[in-house]
Amino acid sequence: MIIRGFAHKLGDDINTDYIISGKYKFKTLDMKELAQHIFEDIDPDFIKKIKPGDIIVAGKNFGCGSSREQAPLVIKNAGLSAVVAISFARIFYRNAINNGLPLVECDTSGIEEGDELEINLEEGTVKNITKGVQIKITPLPPFMMKLLQDGGLVEHFKKYGGFSIE
Amino acid sequence: MSHKTLTEKIFESHLGREPKIGEVVVVDVDFAMGQDGTSPLAIQKFYEMGGKKVLKPEKIALVIDHGAPSPNEGFSNLHKLMRDFAYEQGLKLFDIGSGICHQLIPEYGFAGPYDIVVGADSHTCTYGAIGAFSTGIGSSELAAVMLSGKLWFKIPASIRVILSGKLPTGVYSKDIILNLAKLMGADGATYKALEFDGEVMDQLSVDARFTISNMAVEVGAKAGIFPVDEKTKAWLKEHGRECNKELSIDPLANYESTIEIEVNRLEPQIALPHRVDNVVGISEVGDVPIHQGFIGTCTNGRLEDLEIAVKILEGKEIHPKVRLIVGCASKSIYLEAIRRGLIEKLINAGATIIPPGCGPCVGTHAGIPSDGENVISTANRNFKGRMGNNKAFIYLASPATVAASCITGKITDPRRYL
Repeated sequence: MIIRGFAHKLGDDINTDYIISGKYKFKTLDMKELAQHIFEDIDPDFIKKIKPGDIIVAGKNFGCGSSREQAPLVIKNAGLSAVVAISFARIFYRNAINNGLPLVECDTSGIEEGDELEINLEEGTVKNITKGVQIKITPLPPFMMKLLQDGGLVEHFKKYGGFSIE
Repeated sequence: MSHKTLTEKIFESHLGREPKIGEVVVVDVDFAMGQDGTSPLAIQKFYEMGGKKVLKPEKIALVIDHGAPSPNEGFSNLHKLMRDFAYEQGLKLFDIGSGICHQLIPEYGFAGPYDIVVGADSHTCTYGAIGAFSTGIGSSELAAVMLSGKLWFKIPASIRVILSGKLPTGVYSKDIILNLAKLMGADGATYKALEFDGEVMDQLSVDARFTISNMAVEVGAKAGIFPVDEKTKAWLKEHGRECNKELSIDPLANYESTIEIEVNRLEPQIALPHRVDNVVGISEVGDVPIHQGFIGTCTNGRLEDLEIAVKILEGKEIHPKVRLIVGCASKSIYLEAIRRGLIEKLINAGATIIPPGCGPCVGTHAGIPSDGENVISTANRNFKGRMGNNKAFIYLASPATVAASCITGKITDPRRYL
């Protein structure tokens, strides 16, 4: 899986309330509509700044807080292709993979707003094309990789009829 | 016999063999729960997975608490989806007025020692207070549990948290967990389980322990588990569960690290906006005017919390420039608070009572602050926008500190009223 896109830089401890505010997410299951409010509480214009395929780049503990699966779904439905962060909170981590949203754990300190990145999940690398450097990533655990390659938990269940961790 | 953490003991009881920290296992889940912010998506995912019948309907509950009663038509339509699904599938439905999921699940005996319980809500870790391994999951995973009765887990390493000393007057379990958030930070226990013990346990009621386990996720933990003692057993019996098995901390178990909090050195704690780990002692807060107080939530909406607040508010009136909102964590707590005269005393002090539910804490309804206002709340999160307005400021504290602050109109040390 190779993903290419431009970086949008965010800080540490970006919680799922910031990804999609409770005041919207409880009202509808229309993720396209919810995606219009992505990151609204911390940057009201965020949705206007992104283009399809762009990548979120963050610090530590991305996705902490609420268990809302709307968070990774809103990121996907806003057209973003992946999240690269120093670390992820555990419920978000599972929810993202369960919905086929690629997550990459690596040192993001050298990545700047607007840098063009190329992620190769199989090789376990992130290339910062703008800066001409390669960053080593912490690979996904094998079962998470399998879920991601299956396209998420729904597809995994359709394929195996249950959890297939082998 | 080898030495095991509480987490290892609980997983061993399900696997029938010793688990290894870090291994991925699939286990039968003892109970699963969803609320109105997560169940509608879980129902959608259930059908997308090809689901027709919930495998074990007696092990699933759906709770309408985040917007109860419904604040708008969007919510109403999602509630209807939940009601229809629960009825068709024979699931337990807690409709409006029942209370908050994290009070109802233990209150109805759906969680107990050695159980593995999951819930599509991050604060599902609450039931660790009564010896369960319980943790928050997403909607797809709730759908998977409804379909298969199982879920996969990575066996987490554990951190032992020793609570030593004696609780000083005016310092409560909320102050302990806020102090732990300060010490560990918002990701201090990511993917780990917290396991609590120490002499302070004897001074903590089960209600008080729920407050601590509830906020384990605020330091990133997967679970926050207490051992089982006589108080746990008595509480379980009152709520229709028998427990004859011991569950105690083995100090020789393979703890990844140990943290000790000497509670006798604590003063009341406050989490400042906009982070749960941005915690200071009350003597460092300074002059902060308060416009709204909120006592309730899955963290601090239990009977003991109301009693603590009434002890401070009884015979007094809140400041004329302050609104105080109070919501009980469940119908049975609400009824008992009425019987004990607590509700009348709160209303006489100027409080507004809202139906049992989550409302103000998640910004859905029943107490959204205005631009620039300061709120002091007993909830577990103070993120920007959390209460429905990203131009308001949320301070987190114990019920005692919230009550005292509502009397004076500024953040106030409750010890002056005790």
